[in-house]
Amino acid sequence: MKLKKNIAVSETGFLFDPNSGESFSVNETGKKILTFLEEGKNENEISKWFADNYEVDNATFENNFNDFLTVLQNFRIVE
Amino acid sequence: MKPKYTIAVTGLNNTDNPGPGVPVIRALREAKDFDVRIIGLAYENLEPGIYMKNITDKVYQIPYPSVGSDELMQRIEYINEKENIDVLIPNFDAELFTFMKSKEKLLKIGIHTFLPTIEQFEERHKSELMKFGKKYGVDIPFSKSISNLSEIKNIQYEFEYPVLVKGKFYDAYLAYNPAQVTEFFNKISAKWGVPVIIQEFIRGTEVNVIALGDGKGNTIGAVPMRKQYITDKGKAWGGITLGDENLLEITKKLIKKTKWRGGMELEIIKTHTDKYYIIEINPRIPAWVYLAVGAGQNIPEALVKLTLGETVEPFKSYDIGKMFIRYSYDLIGDISQFEKLSITGEL
Repeated sequence: MKLKKNIAVSETGFLFDPNSGESFSVNETGKKILTFLEEGKNENEISKWFADNYEVDNATFENNFNDFLTVLQNFRIVE
Repeated sequence: MKPKYTIAVTGLNNTDNPGPGVPVIRALREAKDFDVRIIGLAYENLEPGIYMKNITDKVYQIPYPSVGSDELMQRIEYINEKENIDVLIPNFDAELFTFMKSKEKLLKIGIHTFLPTIEQFEERHKSELMKFGKKYGVDIPFSKSISNLSEIKNIQYEFEYPVLVKGKFYDAYLAYNPAQVTEFFNKISAKWGVPVIIQEFIRGTEVNVIALGDGKGNTIGAVPMRKQYITDKGKAWGGITLGDENLLEITKKLIKKTKWRGGMELEIIKTHTDKYYIIEINPRIPAWVYLAVGAGQNIPEALVKLTLGETVEPFKSYDIGKMFIRYSYDLIGDISQFEKLSITGEL
């Protein structure tokens, strides 16, 4: 899963899709995930990074992560 | 030294259902290559553009085209004797036909226009839009014109509810059953006459494109926009420029095939499966034109140059993510201004 090329993510976590004109805001965690997706990291690499750096177990993170990815897909932010 | 043109503009009704006059004038006042003297042409004596500062230099009241085109032309001739108008930019659908028909007459007295041809104007009417789509190879929602109430019962055989019920010039309502179609038919036909258009309802996002064609098939300017805030009249109160290449391609293809002459606005529904349906073609500059100016395409300036026979290079780009936000503002006028306009027809 990759972030669409033309999606701009600002340092504050503000996203703008120039194709649809839609804009979104994400929190620090969301921004980190988007940055990883932008860098081309896969889902496993992202999960591992969060498990290593945050006090969260794999199952809890992956549940929330998958929900977030579904939202990104629904809003056509990723491809 | 820049040339100075006298330009007459209609559509000073900067209300919650705004005409394009005021934003067109703002764009002309920002033109790089010429200066302007603006003659405002107003139908009603409370059109806000009459009273706004630095918009018009002089205002004249003119009669509605429905009074008769002879009356309107006589008034224009009178105004021209006083003002020596170089260019006239009409901004209402309902007046366009009269000005298109009087194009030669206007030119004889030195007034230049740059309007679509009668054929271009007629074939993009809402009632003709399906034929237009077939002729030029663009997707149009299925639609049918009806002229009396007895035709409503047959809608269920050709359409799936809900359907859009539209007036030939303005107004559109979403109807979920025959009773609602009847209600809207009566409402629309009382205001705009028949036919009333029944149009398939396409689910998706409405996007709009402002464009300018040179009459030879070239697109001089085009900027797509999505409404971000819509009034209860369906008008944009806020919008943002888009970077959707498909919208630009559709626009350029249409202008190339139709050899469109003048300003236009395409109203398009983009579905979730990325199909694009043209739901309306407005044969004039839209009221949100100043967004295009803000994004780098001064379309009214280019229109004036085309009107005066200059060669205009097409705009190459525009800023994506530029926004406009309308606002309301209370102007303070004086009864003496209202009196002068009401009694003399001039201000």
